[in-house]
Amino acid sequence: MSEDIVTFTVDDIELTAPKGSMLIQATDKAGIHIPRFCYHEKLSVAANCRMCLVDVEKAPKPMPACATPIMEGMIVHTQSAKAVEAQKSVMEFLLINHPLDCPICDQGGECELQDLSVAYGGDHSQYTDVKRVVFDKDIGPLIQTELTRCIQCTRCVRFGEEIAGMRELGMTDRGDRAVIGTFISKSVDSEMSGNVIDICPVGALTAKPSRYSGRSWEMLQHAAVSPHDSVGSNLFLHTLDGKVNRVVPRANESINEVWISDRDRFSYQGLHSDDRAIQPMMKLNGEWIETDWNTALKYAVDGLQAVIKENSADELACWMSPNATVEEQFLAQKLMRGLGSNNIDHRLRQTDFTDQDFAPVMPWISNNIESIERLEAVLLVGSHVRKEQPLIAHRFIKASRHHQVKISAVNPRKFNWRFKISNELISSAEGMVENLAAIAKAAGAEQVNVSELINSSTVDESHKAIAEELKTAGGAATIFIGNIAVQHPQFSTLRALSHAIAKQTGATLAYLPEAANVAGAWLAGSVPHRFAGGSKANSAGANIAEMVASPKKALIMFNIEPEFDVANPAKAMDAVDAADFKVVINNYASEAMKDYADVILPLAAFSETSGTYVNAEGFWQSFKGATSALGESRPGWKILRVLANLMEVDGFEYMSSEEVRNEVKEQCRDIQLDNTLAGDSPVADIPETSGLQRVGAVPLYAVDSLVRRSTPLQLTKDADQNYVAINSVLAARLKLEEGDRVSVTQSGHSELTDIKIDDAIADDCVWIAASEELSIQMGTTYSPIELEKA
Amino acid sequence: MTMRTIKYYLKSFLFLELIKGLMVTGGYLFKRKITLQYPEQKTPISPRFRGLHAQRRYANGEERCIACKLCEAVCPALAITIDVEERDDGTRRTSKYDIDLFKCIYCGFCEEACPVDAIVETDVFEYHFENRGENIMTKDKLLAVGDKYEESIAANRAADAPYR
Repeated sequence: MSEDIVTFTVDDIELTAPKGSMLIQATDKAGIHIPRFCYHEKLSVAANCRMCLVDVEKAPKPMPACATPIMEGMIVHTQSAKAVEAQKSVMEFLLINHPLDCPICDQGGECELQDLSVAYGGDHSQYTDVKRVVFDKDIGPLIQTELTRCIQCTRCVRFGEEIAGMRELGMTDRGDRAVIGTFISKSVDSEMSGNVIDICPVGALTAKPSRYSGRSWEMLQHAAVSPHDSVGSNLFLHTLDGKVNRVVPRANESINEVWISDRDRFSYQGLHSDDRAIQPMMKLNGEWIETDWNTALKYAVDGLQAVIKENSADELACWMSPNATVEEQFLAQKLMRGLGSNNIDHRLRQTDFTDQDFAPVMPWISNNIESIERLEAVLLVGSHVRKEQPLIAHRFIKASRHHQVKISAVNPRKFNWRFKISNELISSAEGMVENLAAIAKAAGAEQVNVSELINSSTVDESHKAIAEELKTAGGAATIFIGNIAVQHPQFSTLRALSHAIAKQTGATLAYLPEAANVAGAWLAGSVPHRFAGGSKANSAGANIAEMVASPKKALIMFNIEPEFDVANPAKAMDAVDAADFKVVINNYASEAMKDYADVILPLAAFSETSGTYVNAEGFWQSFKGATSALGESRPGWKILRVLANLMEVDGFEYMSSEEVRNEVKEQCRDIQLDNTLAGDSPVADIPETSGLQRVGAVPLYAVDSLVRRSTPLQLTKDADQNYVAINSVLAARLKLEEGDRVSVTQSGHSELTDIKIDDAIADDCVWIAASEELSIQMGTTYSPIELEKA
Repeated sequence: MTMRTIKYYLKSFLFLELIKGLMVTGGYLFKRKITLQYPEQKTPISPRFRGLHAQRRYANGEERCIACKLCEAVCPALAITIDVEERDDGTRRTSKYDIDLFKCIYCGFCEEACPVDAIVETDVFEYHFENRGENIMTKDKLLAVGDKYEESIAANRAADAPYR
């Protein structure tokens, strides 16, 4: 112990620190401030700004605190004349070329250079030569550059290499000509690129969407939680005049550290989209009229009750957004069940429900997010984690930087990973099952429900390698089931096989839930076969696939757009059209909604309501509204509460969302999270297939209605997913070349488009992303498709 | 009787103090008159006088204000309201710049805070409002004041420059 701890003195205070740590780390911990620009606790040490020079006794020159390892008995002065003189000199150099445009700089007021120049800057300049000017570069729709302000700290460069895993920004030239830029003129496309805005100590990189919209001192800060992915990143919403003006990360070491994804950062731009619903509306004789809440609610209640009276409560269905809060999920299912219907589901993109009774109480990441960094072997089953849960992928990147982690994947296409991947098995949907069965066979796994599959599979080297990796790592191996697997037509089979492999190899089985509150929706009972707390429902209602296949007469749609959010958009829209009465509770009132809905109740957005999200870890995070609800929109829990009151359902006397949350929490008190699966769970049949299969995933910036309306995000390269792609083998067979006009037909719907050729895609597969213009009138992903030259 | 009492009675009965007082009055009777016939006549005004606000332009006609919001931040009476936009040429400009003259306490902090000498207080103090709402000086009104008095604003600034 004592060998690893060294004692030293800073400003006459005796401190101890682990041997080998840097001086600045110890002083930060002790609360002694040393000025710095290039040092960032999450990035490697560059020691190129020289601002942190301190006076170390017996050293001839001042030493940079960020790059000086602590030694036993070291005596440091941070405020001595020598140290201050050195810091002031550095500051003078930094200010030589820095423009005095603080008044128009978006960083003004929260600028590290501005702050430190107050303390260390001189009041006049001795420099009389020509100043440096760097022309700005257009690096995409999210980040604004003002490169003359740059002080070459290289934080953004190191961020790209070390955190985002892609080196997008770099420094060229030397000395006073050194400039930051993309080596070739291109945009910065990382899904976490927005973080460079925060780490830039000056105003060289600022947020483009909120450029010139407000100063840091006039915004109010509100804590929030990300409404997009299951990481549950902690956010701060900065509001100005009652509007969200920007979003920045709220540090939480165990969840998002100090980073957030661009989706979390810029999705707020969709909050004030033109089609935001701000007034209750109802359709009378085919005409939409704006009305007040009482009339609209009465209209909704009358319509629903008429359907119940004419048919039965079983004709009532509710489709929930997986991004709705725990409170909303709970109240919606309580209302449905109070009315006598179990037909409620949030698993809109899932297609296989064979083993739903065997599913864990909630999809769980089986450990905390931090522990992913310590994994030694990972198998991703149907997951594009980099775009699905960017901050989980960041933990993989961290793990692979720290030690040799073997990451393998079973997917319908190769993805552009930002970590080293050891084996990537690419195939059609059925092929994914076969590949997984072969891994199970290679591992020697046996399980009754999948024994036939395992026995009949053919094992090759890569299967053996993956099985070996998992076995070698043992307890430090995890099999992650991602979004693609959940949307897979044989999800139950994938799950059973993953479980068999996990059991045999000693790996952990983990889920990466799709949306912000999938876990919360399961816990709150927003599924047809389970009540809140995971207890079995008296009789299982219809799941989303059944509700789509045999439409119900009355439909409540909670913050979803079925053409984008349901697995089979064509059929879902048919089911919507087939219903007699449709209540839409939504943030937006799109043209499509006005087409099919009978009444639209405006819903307050995530920034305007209080609520709770449960993240992949099973961590409950409550938040409060940051702004008041736009127009006449109201928080979801209030809408559902009043709806239930008007329908005379008992037990809806809640006065606050906290009361609702406490009730759900009470019911979830005894839950033990456990991902293990019974070995005899039913599995889906594997159909005989021939011809081409459509494969795809939901793109990063198409996952929910808010993101789809965020203009800056839609301008990024990642949003450009509206294409059809096949690999060169298939292209050669069909005699197609890049850019050829083709027609793709699925479920009787044809689209004409240009083909892309991409060898990342599996054989005999046609890649069309879900929730895009091309696919919203088609059927499910992973089903047959026709492709021919047009 | 002491000398002191004699002196006291003499002073009282000879009205010495009254005469002394009347001497002052009499003196002023013959001095140069300083009463001005306002508004025909006016007193000179310090170049630092803080009167009606104005927004200035550069010589080429470009407005000076860059919407940095420092005046809004420093204003102790919260009289200034600013909205910012990016103008088509990419520069940072105000889309709204209102000063509520009822709230304003004419402290001159806005003028001190301004990094580009855009908002200034002129030496104009003779103004009035006839209708509700006229107390709000909009950007257009401020610029118009600036255009009208630019010469005197510039002269005042030049006169005060050596002492700043």
